[in-house]
Amino acid sequence: MKTGNLMKETKYMNSYLAGFLLGLLLLATIFITGRGLGASGALKSLTVAAVEAAAPAHAGAATFYKDYAADHSGGPLKNWLVFEAIGVLLGAFISGLVSDRLGFKFEKGPSATTRMRVAGALTGGLLWGVGAQLGRGCTSGAALSGMAVMSTGGIMTMVFIFAGAYGFAYFVRKLWI
Amino acid sequence: MGPLVPDIISGNLNFIAALLIGVLFGMVLEQAGFSSTRKLVGLFYGYDFTVLRVFFTAGVTAMLGVIALEHFGLLDLSLVYINPTFVWAAVAGGLIMGLGFVVGGFCPGTSFCAAAIGKTDAMVFIAGAFAGVLVFAEGYPLFESLYKAAPWGNPRIFETLGISQSMFAFLLVIVAMLAFWTVSIIENKVNGVKEKPVRFTPYYIALASAGILLAGSAFIFTGRKASLLKTVNAPGFAQDYKLETMTPDEFAYRLMNDRENKLQIMDFRPEEERKKMNLPGATAYTLDNLFEKAPSRALLFRGKINVFAAEDELTERKMAIIAEKMGFKRIKVLQGGLNEFREQILNFKPAKTASKFELENTYRFRKKAGREIRELIQKAKPSGPATRKLKRVLGGC
Repeated sequence: MKTGNLMKETKYMNSYLAGFLLGLLLLATIFITGRGLGASGALKSLTVAAVEAAAPAHAGAATFYKDYAADHSGGPLKNWLVFEAIGVLLGAFISGLVSDRLGFKFEKGPSATTRMRVAGALTGGLLWGVGAQLGRGCTSGAALSGMAVMSTGGIMTMVFIFAGAYGFAYFVRKLWI
Repeated sequence: MGPLVPDIISGNLNFIAALLIGVLFGMVLEQAGFSSTRKLVGLFYGYDFTVLRVFFTAGVTAMLGVIALEHFGLLDLSLVYINPTFVWAAVAGGLIMGLGFVVGGFCPGTSFCAAAIGKTDAMVFIAGAFAGVLVFAEGYPLFESLYKAAPWGNPRIFETLGISQSMFAFLLVIVAMLAFWTVSIIENKVNGVKEKPVRFTPYYIALASAGILLAGSAFIFTGRKASLLKTVNAPGFAQDYKLETMTPDEFAYRLMNDRENKLQIMDFRPEEERKKMNLPGATAYTLDNLFEKAPSRALLFRGKINVFAAEDELTERKMAIIAEKMGFKRIKVLQGGLNEFREQILNFKPAKTASKFELENTYRFRKKAGREIRELIQKAKPSGPATRKLKRVLGGC
C-alpha cells in the first residue's frame, strides 16, 4: 500500500445520483425478473448447502431444511440470490479497483478497541442472520424492494429496522464515536 | 409486458441476469460509500446521512417507476413478488436487525461490498451472519410460531392505510424531501459546519425541482384499473359509448354454427350465475383478467370475434370499453345482455298477433335456436378460467 497523503481515497458518488441509479437498477430488476434485489437470501442458501453437505441426515429431518428443499427444487446453490450475491462481490471489487479503494483494512470507531469491534461485528452479523430470517428479508430484500412494490410487510420491516437501530444506538455509542 | 421471467428470460439466462444485476448492485453500493462501516453507522449518530439519502432516493425512484410501468400496462403486478406481511415477525425481525446494525456496523448487502474490497471487519460480520442463519435454522421450532403469527397475506401499504396509491406515493416523496432537508441540518450541526445546509444554488434548485416533479407524477400515473373503472362508471358514459354489438339472433346463430371456432365468449358473470347456466365454449373472465399478462393474451388471438357476455348490457359495455381503452380490438357486446338473449331465444314465446312472413321466419329460427341451444347448454361443461395463472417468482431476501 502506498503511504501518506499521496493516497487519498477517491470521492464517493453523489448520494442522490447513487440513489437514483440504485432505484433504476431495482426497477429494471423488478421488470426483468418480477422480484427485487436481495442479500441475506444468499447467506441462507449457503448455510443450507453447508448443512446438507456436512449433516445430510439432519438436513433431511429438520423442518427448516425440509421446507427450504421443498421450495427450491434445483438445490440450494442453484439459486437466483446466490448468483446475484456473487455479482455483488464482483461489482464491489471492480468499483473498489476503479476508485482505488482496494486493500485489507480493519475499520472501527475512533475510541473502540479491536477486540470490541471484532465482538461487535460477529454479534451484529449473528443478529442479522436471525433477524433477516425472521423478518423475511433484510435491508435489500424486505426494506428497499418492499418499498418499491409498496408491500405492507416490507415497509413494516423497514420501519422496525431503523427504529431498532436508532433505539439501540445510544447504548453502543462507544463502538462508533 | 413484464416481468420477462419466466416467459422471455428463463433457465440459465435468468442466472446470468442475476449475476449482471448483482455486479451493478455491488458497483452502485460501493460507489455510494456503503463499503465503509463508519459511513453506514453515521446515520445513527448524526454525522453522515449518506445511507438515508441513497436508500430513500432509490426507494422512491423504484416505487414511482413501478407505478408508471403499471400505469402504461407494461408490468403485470400480479406476477411480481410482493413481500408477505406477518406482523410480529416483521416487528421482532426488524428490531433484531436494527440492533445488529448498530452493533455490527453493516447490513448483509453492504457487508458483501465491504468484504469485496478487503475490509476485514466485514468478513468477521459475514461469519457472524452465517452463524445467525444457522441459529435460526436449528432453532426453527422455537421461532416458528412467531415466524408465522398474524399472516395478513400480501397487502400493499396504501390498502392497509386505506388511502389511494397516488396519495401514498405523493406523501412518501414529500416525506423523503423533508427528511433530506432535516438531516442536512443535523449533519452540519454535528460536524460543526457553518455553511447553510440548503443553499440557493443550481444544484439544490435542480434537486428540489426533481423532487417536486416526482411527487406530482404520483397523481399522473394513477393505478390503471382504478382510473379506467372511474371513467366507465361515470353516469351515462358507458351507455353512450360507441361499441360494436351483436344481436341475440346473431349470437344464437354463431353458437350453433361455429365450425371455424371463431367465436370467443368472455363470460363476465359471477360464479353462481355461471353455475346456473353454462354458456357453451365460454371462458370465465373477470375485470382483473384484462390487466393480467397471461389471461389478457386470449383477446389477441387472430381471427377471433370476442363477445363480452354478462347478465346486463351495461356491465358488458363497461368491460368492453376498458378493454378497448387498453388497446384490445374486435370486441363486441351482446345486445341486451344474457337477459335479453334468454327472453328472445331460450324462452322464446311468439306473440299471438304476429303472422307476417318475415316474422314467421324469425319465429322459426328462434324456436329452433332456443331448442338447440338449450341442449348445448345442458351438454356444456362449466367454463374454465381464462388461463392457468402464472406462478409468482419466489422472492425475498
